[in-house]
Formats: sequence, C-alpha cells, structure tokens
Amino acid sequence: MRIKKHPVLSSIVEKTEVEFIFEGKMLKGYEGEPIAAALHENGVRVLRHDHRPRGFFCAIGNCSSCLMEVNGEPNVRVCVEELRDGMVINMQEGKGKLKGGEE
Amino acid sequence: MFNKTGLASNDMVEALLPSKERREKGAYAIFECFQEIPCNPCSTVCKLKAVKDFENINNIPEINYDKCTGCAMCVSICPGLSCFVIDETYSDSEVMIKMPYEFLPLPEINSNVKALDREGKAIGEAKVLKVQDNKTLDHTNIVTISVPKEIFLDVRNIGLEEK
Amino acid sequence: MLHTEIAIIGGGPAGMCAAIAAANQGARVTLFDRGKRLGGQLVKQTHRFFGSEKEYAGIRGIDIAKILYEEIEKNKLIDVKLDTTVLAIYSDGVISYEEGKSYKRMTSEKTIIAAGAAEKMLLFENNDLPGVYGAGAVQTLMNEHGIVPGNNVLMIGAGNIGLIVSYQLMQAGVKVAAIIDAAPKVGGYLVHASKVRRLGVPILTSHTIKTALGNETVEGAVICEVDDKFNPIPNTDQTIDVDIICLAVGLSPQGELLRQTGCEVKYVPSLGGFVPLRDENLQTTTNGVYVAGDSAEVEEASSAMVEGTIAGLSAAEALGYGTNIVAIKEGFKNDLDVLRSGAVGEKIKSGLKLLSC
Repeated sequence: MRIKKHPVLSSIVEKTEVEFIFEGKMLKGYEGEPIAAALHENGVRVLRHDHRPRGFFCAIGNCSSCLMEVNGEPNVRVCVEELRDGMVINMQEGKGKLKGGEE
Repeated sequence: MFNKTGLASNDMVEALLPSKERREKGAYAIFECFQEIPCNPCSTVCKLKAVKDFENINNIPEINYDKCTGCAMCVSICPGLSCFVIDETYSDSEVMIKMPYEFLPLPEINSNVKALDREGKAIGEAKVLKVQDNKTLDHTNIVTISVPKEIFLDVRNIGLEEK
Repeated sequence: MLHTEIAIIGGGPAGMCAAIAAANQGARVTLFDRGKRLGGQLVKQTHRFFGSEKEYAGIRGIDIAKILYEEIEKNKLIDVKLDTTVLAIYSDGVISYEEGKSYKRMTSEKTIIAAGAAEKMLLFENNDLPGVYGAGAVQTLMNEHGIVPGNNVLMIGAGNIGLIVSYQLMQAGVKVAAIIDAAPKVGGYLVHASKVRRLGVPILTSHTIKTALGNETVEGAVICEVDDKFNPIPNTDQTIDVDIICLAVGLSPQGELLRQTGCEVKYVPSLGGFVPLRDENLQTTTNGVYVAGDSAEVEEASSAMVEGTIAGLSAAEALGYGTNIVAIKEGFKNDLDVLRSGAVGEKIKSGLKLLSC
C-alpha cells in the first residue's frame, strides 16, 4: 500500500506509472522505484523459491535474499534494481538459469 | 520498572514539577527525560536560558523555573518528544497541556478528542484549544489541549476517532 | 590507471563528512557509493537526531543528508561516483569497481573505508518466511519508497532502531502489535520507548520469538517469556496475528573491503562483530587505510559523522595538507569523547579499548 499522506515526508515527487509483467501478469508500478517496492505495492511478497518461499530482507542490496529473474537475467537484487517500463520479472527457482547456460 | 517498560511512574513525574508557588503562576515546561543520553537541543533552543547549561552533553536537563515561561520552543525541538508545557491556571477545573504531535490528521480546533495516558489508554476527554503546524516546527506540530485537573499528570497523547 | 589522493568508500554520514573534511583541507577526494544518491541510511531517518549542534542535533536525518550533500556538491575537490560498487582492494592498493555497468580500477594515496553495517538475523523457526524483514528494510520501503510493508507488525528488538522504526510505522499508518526484546531492559533510549508506549504499543522485555507462522508468507508469530538466562519459560507461549515480523536485533559492521587490505581485526560483540584495530587517527594496521562509521564499530550516526571528519582530516594531514590540523582534530576527538561519555557510551568505550594500535 502506498503512503498517501505522511506527517514528516511532505514532498511528493511526481512519478511516472509504468507497466511490467510479473509471472505472466501485467502489473503497474512507478518508474525508477525498486522492483521489490513495486511488487509489494501489488501484494507480492514471495520473490523466489529456494526449496522454500523467500522474500526480501535488507532492502539495500546487502543480503541477496531477493534475487529474481529480470528480463531473463537471473540473480538480480530487486530491492535495488529500478523498475522500467515493460520489464519481465519472474520468480527465481534456486540458483536461476543463465541465458544460454547449462541446464 | 521504567527501563523495563518505558513507562515513567507517577513519582518520577511528580518529582519533575516545579514548586507549588510556581505552578500557581502559570505555564511551565516539564521534561520527561530521565536517562543520560548525549543530547542538548532543549538547552540550545531556549532563548530565555531557562534550561541550565550542560556541563556534559549527557546531563539530564534541569529547568530554572524562575526563567521558564512555558513558551514551548523546547516542545518541538526535543528529538525524544519528551517536553510538555503545562498550565494549571487555565481554569478552575481544567489544566492546559501543550504536546508534540507528529501524526496525521491533525485534530480540529475546538473538537473533543480522547485524552490518552503514557500507555496510550483513554482516560478521559480533552478539548483541542490550538494546533500549531507552522514551518519552523518542521513537522513536530504542537497541539494544545485542556483536560480535567484530576488527570493532567497522566495525559500525554490524544486519540482521534478513526474515520 | 586512474588515480586519486583520497578514496572514500561509502557515501553515508561517515563517508560524506570524511570527504568534506579532507577536501576542505585541500585534498582531492573520490567518494564512492553504490547507491543512486548520497546519504547512506540517513535518507530514511525521518526522526530528529540527538547529539549537539555540531552533529546537527534536533534536525531530521533526511535533512542532515541534504545539508551534507549540498556541501559536497559545491566542493570542486570532491569527485562523487554514484551507482558505483567497489568490488575489491588489492594488496598493491588498487581499487577495482563497477561504475554503472563498466569495470574500472583506481589507485589512491589514502583510503577511507566507511562502508556501514548490515542487519543481523535471528535464529527462530521459519525465520526465512517472506514477511520477516529487517527493521531497516521496512524503513527503506516506507520512508524512501513510500510503501508500507503490511498491516500489522511484530517488532523484535527494543534498541533504538526497533523503537524508532516502530514509531515510524505508526506514522505511516501501520499497526505495531508489540515490541519484544529478550533482554530484561529496553536497550534503546527511554525517550523513544516512552514515545511508542504513548501510542499504545506494548514493550515486552524478557520475551523472544519462537516461530513465525504461515506457509507462503508471515501470518502470525508465537512469542514467549524468557528467564534471566534467556531460556524460554514453559507455558508462556502467546500467538500474535501479524503479517510482518521486523528484526531489529543489531547490525554487523561491513568489513569485507577492510579485511582485503590485510588490516588486523578483532571480534568485539559490543561493537557489532569483527572490527578493525585503529589508532587515534582512525588509521588501521594497514598503512594509509582508515576506517569510520559503522564499519569501525556499530554506533549512532552522530558519532559516525565525527569519526568521518577525523578520518578525513587525518588522511589530508598525512598527505601534507592543511595547517593547524592537529588542533582542529583535537576538537573533534573531544566531541567524540563527549558523545560517548554517558552511560550509553560506556559499552562503546570499553569495546574500543580492545582495539587501539
């Protein structure tokens, strides 16, 4: 859920809405916000599976708990990777697969 | 107990109050700041020099009640939101309290709100007398309320009806 | 190869102050940060800071970041490299980094490492469930990106971060069911504790979390009381309905780059973990490598700023810049002593005694 009014953070920056695809579904977010933030806004908290469901933990690019597949590239830290229009984002299974890499 | 729950006891708060004569004279500040931490904006902000100079920045602030006028400059600057202004001379049955308030929405002037104690429990009604939200307060707004005399030592927050 | 006089790694409060201090003495500085903007974790601190005027007391962290940024922006001697991750510091002092998408290398006369700290994990059943988040992570999501993490939070840890983030969650309209801490006392400043108590949030000291509930994401938590040896007390289990469990159980200094320089480190729990030995100028046992802020020891941002200033001055001084630096530095060293002179600073001071070199 987006914060609409905040008692301290008064400046609301104009943001551009963009569309992206998550697991085949079209979702909306703001351009330039972290992918994980846009997913949270859409109620998505499970970002990958490594035998068990995993979400993000540190939100500042430290811990690698939030690795997802973005535009076919695995192991992207979506807590710091910025959302762009038309991105294709998928949950990652395990270590993920490199494009053209070994199965 | 205080360091286990974050809840100051009545004795601790009563010990902060100025003399009976001073309380009968009008508004005064109290600092519910009971722990030595490195912090001194209450002292540097006070134009009347009513907060005694800190020998060490970790000192617990002390108010010189001959100088304090209850102007409330300290209320919005205190990073711990521990400064309040009390005026026991407000009326025969009510005491005025100024408190820091960093939430939205702000209460409406002349509205009745819940008077909350240090645990956030409603213990009566408060009337909103004034709401200051000018720029110099930098979002630590000051809400002035009046509450029945019997509960003024306990009221430290207000609760608005949820919409 | 590119060359700079002083390389500063990390653009948070310590690194920014180091850059300003060194450049003001005339040194050429390169300031690296992996983020898109400077400020480090200041950019999500919506509360007013403690300390004295010199450490911007009474001003919100977000505004301190702006003040420091403006000073850096107007200083031509500081070259800021954003979106730049320092990957390694080699034994010959070469710094390798990824700037945007390109790989580069640089040498420096002096290096100041101000890489900050990372949030600690806590062991309990299901602690890997989505919805178990670092308290700082939740703060980033809310205060930097404007999104609340959920509806109802259990905060683990009653130190300053746990207390402050609980308050900020309430400001963003999120309910905080409780703040729990295994210690028998509140670890953070009691004024922060009183602030959240006034909002109706209970603080349960001598309590710990046993398990997070839920299949795909957090749906609740089981907490229990602990005795004075931190052992769970039977029959005190309590189930709480929450959708977020926030961990505010301390930070670990980020020491990877420091250790690559070969400097000596020691494990000091009261300072957050492995921390480097340093002299009074904050120089590590590796000649020319300095440390400041949470990488040096986990403490408040106010002391990180002073440490950054001391490290920046020392590095500039070692390069022959400035006049009267010794006296200026003494002033800041004194400020640091004063900040640590209270009961809360005792823990830091006793830890630091183990680290002098």
